[in-house]
Amino acid sequence: MTAPASQNRLVRWIDHRLPIFTFINHELHEYPTPKNLNYWWNFGSLAGIMLVIMIATGIVLAMQYTPHATLAFDSVERIMRDVNWGWMIRYIHMNGASFFFIVTYIHIFRGLYFGSYKEPRELLWMLGVVILLLMMATAFMGYVLPWGQMSFWGATVITNLFSAIPGVGEHIVTWLWGGFAVDNPTLNRFFSLHYLLPFVIVGVVVLHLVALHTHGSNNPLGIDRKGPQDSIPFHPYYTAKDAFGIGVFLIIFCAFVFYAPNFLGDPANYIPANPLSTPEHIVPEWYFLPFYAILRSVPDKLVGVLLMFGAIAVLFILPWLDTSRVRSARFRPKYKWFFWLLLADCIALGYLGHQPPEGLMLILGRLATAYYFIHFLIIVPLLGIIERPLPLPTSISAAVLGKEKH
Amino acid sequence: MRKLVLALAGAAALTLGAVGGFAADTKEAPLPKVKWSFNGVFGTYDKAELQRGFQVYTEVCANCHSLSLLAYRDLGDLGFSEEEVKALAASHEVTNAEPNDEGEMFKRPARPSDRFVKPFANDNAARVANNGALPPDLSLMAKAREDGPDYIFGLLTGYKTAPAGVTVPQGLYFNEHFPGHQIAMPPPLNEGQVSFSDNSGSSVENEAKAIAAFLQWAAEPNLDVRHRTGFKVILFLLGMTLVLFGVKRKIWKDVH
Repeated sequence: MTAPASQNRLVRWIDHRLPIFTFINHELHEYPTPKNLNYWWNFGSLAGIMLVIMIATGIVLAMQYTPHATLAFDSVERIMRDVNWGWMIRYIHMNGASFFFIVTYIHIFRGLYFGSYKEPRELLWMLGVVILLLMMATAFMGYVLPWGQMSFWGATVITNLFSAIPGVGEHIVTWLWGGFAVDNPTLNRFFSLHYLLPFVIVGVVVLHLVALHTHGSNNPLGIDRKGPQDSIPFHPYYTAKDAFGIGVFLIIFCAFVFYAPNFLGDPANYIPANPLSTPEHIVPEWYFLPFYAILRSVPDKLVGVLLMFGAIAVLFILPWLDTSRVRSARFRPKYKWFFWLLLADCIALGYLGHQPPEGLMLILGRLATAYYFIHFLIIVPLLGIIERPLPLPTSISAAVLGKEKH
Repeated sequence: MRKLVLALAGAAALTLGAVGGFAADTKEAPLPKVKWSFNGVFGTYDKAELQRGFQVYTEVCANCHSLSLLAYRDLGDLGFSEEEVKALAASHEVTNAEPNDEGEMFKRPARPSDRFVKPFANDNAARVANNGALPPDLSLMAKAREDGPDYIFGLLTGYKTAPAGVTVPQGLYFNEHFPGHQIAMPPPLNEGQVSFSDNSGSSVENEAKAIAAFLQWAAEPNLDVRHRTGFKVILFLLGMTLVLFGVKRKIWKDVH
């Protein structure tokens, strides 16, 4: 690991004392990356970009926002009306939450399809699940801040879930609220935590990247790199590819920000919070709907809450649930179909989470919930045993240069 | 990769197809789809229409509904001159925020920086004057309902005689677009009620369209600049992305 032979004396001086240039060179330029990554591998860097956009816009919004139950709603409207470009910053932040989840969910499903959670990337995967959990907490608390009807009632419903814990549940809820109902103390602590958690996410993202750079990226073939002929340096190849991906992504993102900024939101959140008037349908933001559907499919509150958190917990232990040693679904003829079934199941859960849990919707919700867990707890462990994987290519470059075209 | 995309679309279609047949049963009549000047990528507010809407608000809605998030200065957006805005503000009276030198609160004509004066001192006063119903603030009405402007237009033109078998209690009115069909607001607009100076006709539809457009502006005053900025931003991004695509192609040329 030699310092980059820089012509610049200042760079050499600094690098001798604090090897940041060596570090950057090592992690970007020397860092070997499989040469066959497809565009599904862009979504990790897109999630990183979204995190930066959210923190940048969030810091600016916090300069104008007032975390008080009687002032919060109007302070958001002041940002929308009177603060220079405030409407743009807020619409970026508001839609940014949705797009952060979109790219993260795609990133996760990419990992599921190509087996990116398998040995030796278990901790990388688990850190990713931790990031997802932190994102959910941050998004939930952020949604409370405008103090609209859905903010208030969403906060009431979700915090009330903890009351299902036997014995201490009610006390925990009171402790979370800082009182006997969702009120100003709740709003204050949610604002404080909403500002804190993104930086915790940054910390876990750093760990995620350290784990990633230890063994390098997985790839569409799911086989290890055999030598230099299988790799290319991250920079300039993947920096260029990621930059192009970011351009495409920003076009779609900006189309929403500028032309459909409220499409993904609930109109009821433009009604100020009113503890005396419950909205007819309390629904969370779309990215929570699959989990909401799982929660509501169980008649018992405690079991519902446990299953909802269990839906994330199964992801956490997935590296040990999957008994197949073949990573990529390309060489797993049966798993491939169950992957698409799982994706369809998650989309169905998202749809059902938006419907009132009655009649047929409730039955479908229960079936979809059951299938979600059946997939991870029964199908995935069994498949590894009964499935006959296709023969793996001998190396990445053999597959790339050979007749196979993907 | 194409297979992946196709399969993804297939999975989505399958799911939607499986569950799409059971749409929630909506009792309200479908909303009319109005062609608004502010729809679409190049949509902008029609200032003449907004001024007509402001007239409807002042002459009709303002008797019961507040518009508390707006200040008189905002009316400059509608094409009123600074002098006209001052005069419009001065026609209302507000209580000064600070007491005078004698320590007494006093009333003064409103200034452009003042928020729109509310018709009632508080919610209870509003309820008492309206048969127990609270007329909601209209500042964000166009964003607080699904398809806001269409909803407002539909609601204002949706008063019908109740169908046979439906009894509407005293003090409520049948409206085909209101959730539950029974609304406490009497039909606010009548043929010829507001006479516009630009001879654009005072049918209920015209009046309703003007006020709906005005309320959309009240809820989203920055729409014009949003649409203009978005166009420039996306045009820039398209160019940038095209260049980045070229760069990527060039760099990757000898890898495959």
